[in-house]
Amino acid sequence: MLDFHLLKALHTAAGPRTLDVRLTLAPGELLALSGPSGAGKTTLLRLLAGLDRPDDGFIQAASQTWYRAENRQWLPPQQRPLGFVFQDYALFPNMTVRENLAFAATGQPQPARTISDLLESLELTELAGRRPAVLSGGQQQRVALARALARRPRLLLLDEPLSALDLSTRLRLQQVLADVHRQFELTTILISHDPAEIARLATRVLELELGQVRRLGPPAAPAAPAKVVGRVLAGLPGGRLRVQLPGGIEIEVAGQAGVGEEVALVVEVAPPL
Amino acid sequence: MPSDYWQTLRLTLALAACTTALLLVLGLPLAYALAYGRSRFKPLAEAVVSLPLVLPPTVIGFYLLVAFSDSSALGRFLIEKLGVSLNFTFPGILVGSLVYSLPFMVQPLQAGFGQVPRSLREAAYTLGKSRGTTLWRVLLPNMRPALLNGLVLTFAHTLGEFGVVLMIGGSLPGTTRVASIAIYDEVQSLHYAQANVYALTLLGVAFVILVALYWFTKRDAARLS
Repeated sequence: MLDFHLLKALHTAAGPRTLDVRLTLAPGELLALSGPSGAGKTTLLRLLAGLDRPDDGFIQAASQTWYRAENRQWLPPQQRPLGFVFQDYALFPNMTVRENLAFAATGQPQPARTISDLLESLELTELAGRRPAVLSGGQQQRVALARALARRPRLLLLDEPLSALDLSTRLRLQQVLADVHRQFELTTILISHDPAEIARLATRVLELELGQVRRLGPPAAPAAPAKVVGRVLAGLPGGRLRVQLPGGIEIEVAGQAGVGEEVALVVEVAPPL
Repeated sequence: MPSDYWQTLRLTLALAACTTALLLVLGLPLAYALAYGRSRFKPLAEAVVSLPLVLPPTVIGFYLLVAFSDSSALGRFLIEKLGVSLNFTFPGILVGSLVYSLPFMVQPLQAGFGQVPRSLREAAYTLGKSRGTTLWRVLLPNMRPALLNGLVLTFAHTLGEFGVVLMIGGSLPGTTRVASIAIYDEVQSLHYAQANVYALTLLGVAFVILVALYWFTKRDAARLS
């Protein structure tokens, strides 16, 4: 599906380095890109999307050449059939949710059908008439995802799509991402710092450090069950408890205990979706 | 009321309107190139655009007067080959106004382009949209205050123009005699009441335009947030 070797000068905190990544992605793969900031993750996505020019190398997407340094081939971003979700969502403030999608779907076959399908499958129908500024972070992220899908891309590039969201929204959107990836038969590259997220979503993980590949392989095995001690904040109807974990995160669990009591919880990483 | 009050006012407004419309067409691509271009010569281009801000209008007027006359190659080309004589004509003071008001259009537009987040432009590109479509549907609608600023400042600035018009156009009633020059003429002839009518008109128009600008800007900011 996607075969590339990309080289690009990087300006890192440790001085000038070269981003150098050679990779082949099979159709349907979901690759997680991780590594410290400044490692070149976003640069790599931007090079693939055609938003920046590599210094050397090639990008081959199925039978289409997007970039080849030796014969100066270069396909501008407009002509690369991919979806890009930006870290800041980059929704058009002057357009409603529906207009954002319509702008993306113009020129596609059956745009009206595509838009209503996407609004429905990402649970945005009720928000279709609103402008991005009045939406929550999670809602904006779903609009950004829907808009990227409106062009029916085969490749989806996501730049830390969930990092700015709270835990419960993030968990819900991980499910949405996994569903979308399967339903639209996408090949996906996702930047993420969250090992649990990577373990749940990714088929492979590429760890970058200062532009170099440090590790490429299956996601790290889910961590062994760990014990966490939390404090019960409130009893909820239906035999559920609201518990505060260290670090201030609040979750709901089934069980019985008095308010203010400490409870021990066993945490397991969920199996891949 | 001065005898040629309406004629002078019509001429003044026509000059300001033509200058604003033409500068919008010329200023948009120029501001776009200055905002997003990465040429080594950008500082040079920015300096040329900004020169009219710091030069005395008489300097601009003087060089244009010389350039349009048959003592320069450009002037001879215009007069002999195209049959266009620009000095002491409306098209002549229009060209002078375009030069003089250029920074008032280009600078707000350039700042406006710079304030639209880069990711919006790039998102449009990854959605397959051309630069033109992106400009029209994404950039311009999200920089409306800057657009309005450029239009209003150019219009108001051209209304108050004096030095350039006087140098190139002189004071021919109905052709080049705009309101600010009429004020000067009336004062020279000690017609203070007549001068006051023109001055009050310019003051009123400028004030109304600025109030409208700030009112629209406020309303627009509320609409997008």
